[in-house]
Amino acid sequence: MSVATAPGTVSATSPAARNLLLLRIAAWTILGAPLAWGVYRWFWGDGFGFDPVEEMLHYSGLTAVWVLIASLAITPVRRWTGFNALQKIRRLTGLWAFAYATMHLSVYVTIDQWFDWVLIVEDLRERPFILSGSAALALMVPLAVTSTKGWIRRLGRRWVSLHRLVYLSAGLALLHFWWGQKADLRNAVIAAAVLAVLLGARVWWAVQKRRRAA
Amino acid sequence: MTKRSWDTIPESEVTPEEVYLDRRQFIAAAGVAGAAAAALTPEGIAAAVRTVRAQRGASQEAQEYTWGAEMQDELSSYDLVTGHNNFYEFGTGKGDPARYSGEFRPRPWSVEVSGEVNKPGTYDLDDLYDPSWIEDRIYRLRCVEAWSLTIPWRGFALRNLISRVEPTSNAKYVAFETVYRPDEMPGQNRRVLDWPYVEGLRIDEAANELTFLATGLYGRDLPNQNGAPLRLVVPWKYGFKHIKSIVRIHFQETMPPTTWNLSAPQEYGFYANVNPNVDHPRWSQATHRVLPGIRRTDTLMFNGYADQVQHMYAGMDLARWY
Ligand code: HEM
Repeated sequence: MSVATAPGTVSATSPAARNLLLLRIAAWTILGAPLAWGVYRWFWGDGFGFDPVEEMLHYSGLTAVWVLIASLAITPVRRWTGFNALQKIRRLTGLWAFAYATMHLSVYVTIDQWFDWVLIVEDLRERPFILSGSAALALMVPLAVTSTKGWIRRLGRRWVSLHRLVYLSAGLALLHFWWGQKADLRNAVIAAAVLAVLLGARVWWAVQKRRRAA
Repeated sequence: MTKRSWDTIPESEVTPEEVYLDRRQFIAAAGVAGAAAAALTPEGIAAAVRTVRAQRGASQEAQEYTWGAEMQDELSSYDLVTGHNNFYEFGTGKGDPARYSGEFRPRPWSVEVSGEVNKPGTYDLDDLYDPSWIEDRIYRLRCVEAWSLTIPWRGFALRNLISRVEPTSNAKYVAFETVYRPDEMPGQNRRVLDWPYVEGLRIDEAANELTFLATGLYGRDLPNQNGAPLRLVVPWKYGFKHIKSIVRIHFQETMPPTTWNLSAPQEYGFYANVNPNVDHPRWSQATHRVLPGIRRTDTLMFNGYADQVQHMYAGMDLARWY
């Protein structure tokens, strides 16, 4: 029996396709693990402890920040390691970051603020801490929307420029993280340091490229 | 200030004083609850308190005033009270104090009483107070992070100690200091805050009838994570004023520095009175969560203890002196 394949696509049985499939499965497993762990905690684990609202906010926020950082790490890590296939899971990682940030916002709007829009607007107006988080998430919306193949084709070069916004979003998320801490800045400092290295690598490469061109 | 006996509140009196029960009522309640032995367990004590409240038949209004609309007659469980703590000396996570305080040795313990008093000295903890001062009081603890617990403390009114050591007329403030033992308190190895932790009260606040030094909770000695063997309880103020594992009580003329105020002066003031009208820069103080619940409850002025304390702040701008 022969498997019909459209011209130009790789056969599903080719080693390259199999590796890509494995990579995708690994990526889904890793990126989905915090969600699975959260569901487990809620139903069978500690139920998010004595202050579930606070703990869910922290858990979802930390996950969102680290997955966002992971999405930014993909290109540098690919260049450092030569593991080029990583590029294939970059959009997936970014979308998961958006999903976790959305869950984080959902916790805030539902069981933290109880849909009290007056309070929420007050929070937005009076607290730079909340405003920066919201701006970070708002910036992720156009990126998520334009993450489809169709939009990539349609936007061409502009897609790349648009998606540089992710750095601004990550910077705002970090600011939000930083401002949200009481006294112990350790976790925020670690995240900021990693983000700085990733951003630094990008800047360094851009400068090198310009120099070579000159 | 008039001296009020904690033992003479009529059972039917429907006032904010319902926020505590004295020792005798506790024991009586235990009898009512069926078995005296039951009262020795946290569950027994919680059941006894429920019984007393039911007997008193406090009006709904009074219960809401003193306990909040939700969980109004429930003590926080022993597991919650001893498992959810802010005690950065043992780590910044809420579970860290329970997890990392095992090495801490609360005995032997001595407390230095110094400064503007006629009878300064270093007292062994057992000599610091008279056993007859010991009583049980139930207070709501409102954390500045907008959550609350309701805790049955055991201990003594600070005013008893103050009378004993005879402050001079220069004693305008009382400063407190936590022990510094980085070997036993792993959190002190990181400079998250300026160790040792220090706190303070105005002398009239220290002498207020509500101000309490706890030596135990739920009828037991204070667990390490709750500030063993001696911690302050000032129920109309935010949790961070409740300095733990106290080794020094110093009477002085000037306002003492306080740790969280040093760390973030625009967020935490010296007074730190619970006030639903003055927000923390990063969140509203108008409501709080009664743990382990997730719904919000309105926060009351002075945490519901206004009748006992508001006279001390007459004419003060509480938005400025937060
Ligand atoms: C949509 C707007 C957002 C709102 C309203 C919001 C709200 C909050 C709130 C209320 C907290 C808890 C603070 C506390 O109680 O200590 C928090 C913490 C946090 N949020 Fe957000 N957030 C938003 C967006 C984001 C985004 C987009 C990210 C990251 C991509 C993020 C990452 C974090 C992190 C890392 C924390 C701290 C977790 C910790 O301290 O353990 N937030 N956020």
